Amino acid sequence: MTSFTNDSKIEQEPIEITGSEAVIRSLIAEGVDTIFGYPGGAIMPVYDALYDFRHILTHVLTRHEQGAVHAAQGYARVSGKVGVCIATSGPGATNLITGIADALIDSTPLVCITGQVVSGLLGTDAFQESDVIGITMPVTKWNYQITSAEEIPEAISRAFYIALSGRPGPVVLDITKDAQFAKLSYSYSKCIKIRSYVPEYPADKSLLKKASELINEAKKPFVLYGQGVMLSGGEKELASFIEKTGIPAAGTLLGLSAIPTDHPLNMGMLGMHGNYGPNIKTNECDLLIAIGMRFDDRVTGSIKTYAKQAKIIHIEIDPAEVDKNVKTDVALIGDARKTLRLLSRLVEEKQHPEWVAEFRAAEKIEIEKVINDDLKPSKPGLTMAEVIRMVADMTENQAVVVTDVGQNQMAAARYSKFMTPRSWVTSGGLGTMGFGLPAAIGAKFGAPDRQVVVFTGDGGMQMTIQELGTISQENLAVKIVILNNHFLGMVRQWQELFFEKRYSFTEIKSPDFVKVAEAYGIPGNSVHNRSELENAMKVMIDHDGPYLLEVNIEKEDNIFPMVPAGLSVSQIILSATDLK
Amino acid sequence: MKQEYIISAYSENHIGLLNRITIIFTRRKVNIESLTVSESALQGVSKFTIVVNEEKEKVVNIVKQIEKQIEVLKAFYYTNDEMIFQEIALYKVPTTALMESDQIEKLIRQHNARILEITREYTVIEKTGHKEETQELFEGLNTFGVLQFIRSGRVAITRSPIEKLSVFLRERDALLETLEEKRKSK
Repeated sequence: MTSFTNDSKIEQEPIEITGSEAVIRSLIAEGVDTIFGYPGGAIMPVYDALYDFRHILTHVLTRHEQGAVHAAQGYARVSGKVGVCIATSGPGATNLITGIADALIDSTPLVCITGQVVSGLLGTDAFQESDVIGITMPVTKWNYQITSAEEIPEAISRAFYIALSGRPGPVVLDITKDAQFAKLSYSYSKCIKIRSYVPEYPADKSLLKKASELINEAKKPFVLYGQGVMLSGGEKELASFIEKTGIPAAGTLLGLSAIPTDHPLNMGMLGMHGNYGPNIKTNECDLLIAIGMRFDDRVTGSIKTYAKQAKIIHIEIDPAEVDKNVKTDVALIGDARKTLRLLSRLVEEKQHPEWVAEFRAAEKIEIEKVINDDLKPSKPGLTMAEVIRMVADMTENQAVVVTDVGQNQMAAARYSKFMTPRSWVTSGGLGTMGFGLPAAIGAKFGAPDRQVVVFTGDGGMQMTIQELGTISQENLAVKIVILNNHFLGMVRQWQELFFEKRYSFTEIKSPDFVKVAEAYGIPGNSVHNRSELENAMKVMIDHDGPYLLEVNIEKEDNIFPMVPAGLSVSQIILSATDLK
Repeated sequence: MKQEYIISAYSENHIGLLNRITIIFTRRKVNIESLTVSESALQGVSKFTIVVNEEKEKVVNIVKQIEKQIEVLKAFYYTNDEMIFQEIALYKVPTTALMESDQIEKLIRQHNARILEITREYTVIEKTGHKEETQELFEGLNTFGVLQFIRSGRVAITRSPIEKLSVFLRERDALLETLEEKRKSK
């Protein structure tokens, strides 16, 4: 590895240490304070070195490596730092794969360190040997196998630089056991440049000008913001941009919390279960300004009928995303914060009151047809929406909201309210059930002073339920809300709407969650009626420590609005009866 | 419309990069017609030459994905008429066939091929050219029975006077310098 440059100043005199100690010292040099992991044979030397640094570097023992990687993701998402997880070779490493794939598609910076069999045994089908570099290749931004101790500091500095710069993503370092044992002359300097890698491109002035002209001329412009806004730290720049231009904006699932939910120009969420206005107005606007988002199919619906009437400006750091799904008129390749700052100078101050009013009119329809029934149901059964909104109200919209995947996730996205950025942790692109509970662990470590609430379903909860053990051992004040509808709810919803109610294997039996929590020493409660909910919720919110609240909700409720798969965003439906 | 494209990618010479590049094709179910990797005119820089038969849109997407790999310096795509390219083919025919008639000798002359080795049992013939040309010779020789046949991946060179990469690398160095200066001035 000679093709990259380290910071010229070397901060310390070289010292003679083992590869394992070099791993730990390098992590500390990168500012890492918390790592999530699980020990095993091939990573034991690193764990042994960690023992001497355990007061500087917090290690959280999860109950499964999948828990470790999701926790690292949760940590990265709320803190903006690189999440670090560590596992042994073979099964330890393969158990990380789901989280690594999740982090790649959701642009989450991770450094995953795996142990590997001694280099002499590579390729011999040794005990707990698996081809980790081969397996992780399609799901990492970069991966590298270290077979000698001397490579360790350089490779780690490179890993952190790659994980966090440009479009962030997961990196895997696979370290053979002999490299961990061997001695090296250690010194550390941060990687600042790699010849073959350009994390971001400088702004193109002529394109900025062209974009500003389109914006100044537009009658019905519409801003779509994604996670790229938060990844670039551009939340303020986004707010100033839309305030100056008077342009209504809507977020992708991962973009939520970039601007406050109640911002007068925030029109809500895009996508399959997003808000009515943002979806239908996508096909009525004359200019789409997409910022730090990638036109996922859950956002666009049928691409053939997506915003065909509009000119499209795409602000995006990853050149491979430009024109991948939606053809753009002006592509501004670069960091969202910097690009918005430059663009804001060029655009005229404007208001679009009539256009904004159209969104508000659409919102009124959604309130009447969907939201009122969700939040103030006439039926006795509890809804996910009222539970979620109650949490939002009781935490004064200040909590970090973590979700699992499915109906609980969509309800939480729709009914949570956000005041501050990085308050929302969810598995978007990969849609990983079982993500919620371990991600909440990481989120709490990443934001220890904030209330962290995870909404999960009865299905997803049982995929990573063992992480209650981690929460218990760390006495971590994570508030767990299980929205139990006794079904794999989102699949059941699709079966009801598109498979003639043939409920093929979506009914799921759960244990007594409160008793399970109790067995882990975590207090809990189970609620069946609306009359009990408020008190039970208050107890949970006020509790100083972990708490599990199971809320038994209406069994066969659906999430609406919905853009049925393959249809146009303008064909969004507000109830099952809208489906022909 | 599908047509032949030549993708050339320049990268650092690193283990595993070939795999990283080829899985971009497999993931999209795009067949690689031929692939050649060798060191470029610049020391330490490898050059991949990959031939696919695909629609332009897909090729553009693939090229961007290749370029996204950390160790890839730059990737380009070309149509066949933008490049000078060759493949090499080796043919093994029974020496008896060569002895019994002058047909093989005529074929070799017509196709500008050459003989590399003659033994009692077999004769090895070499031809460079485009696929159609090496294929045509194969068909001619096969009437006498070709014992073994192999065709290489394509090697290709642009029609421009200099390697695009050297221009690119100069620009890249300048770009990284500016980024670094900006970083330092912060």
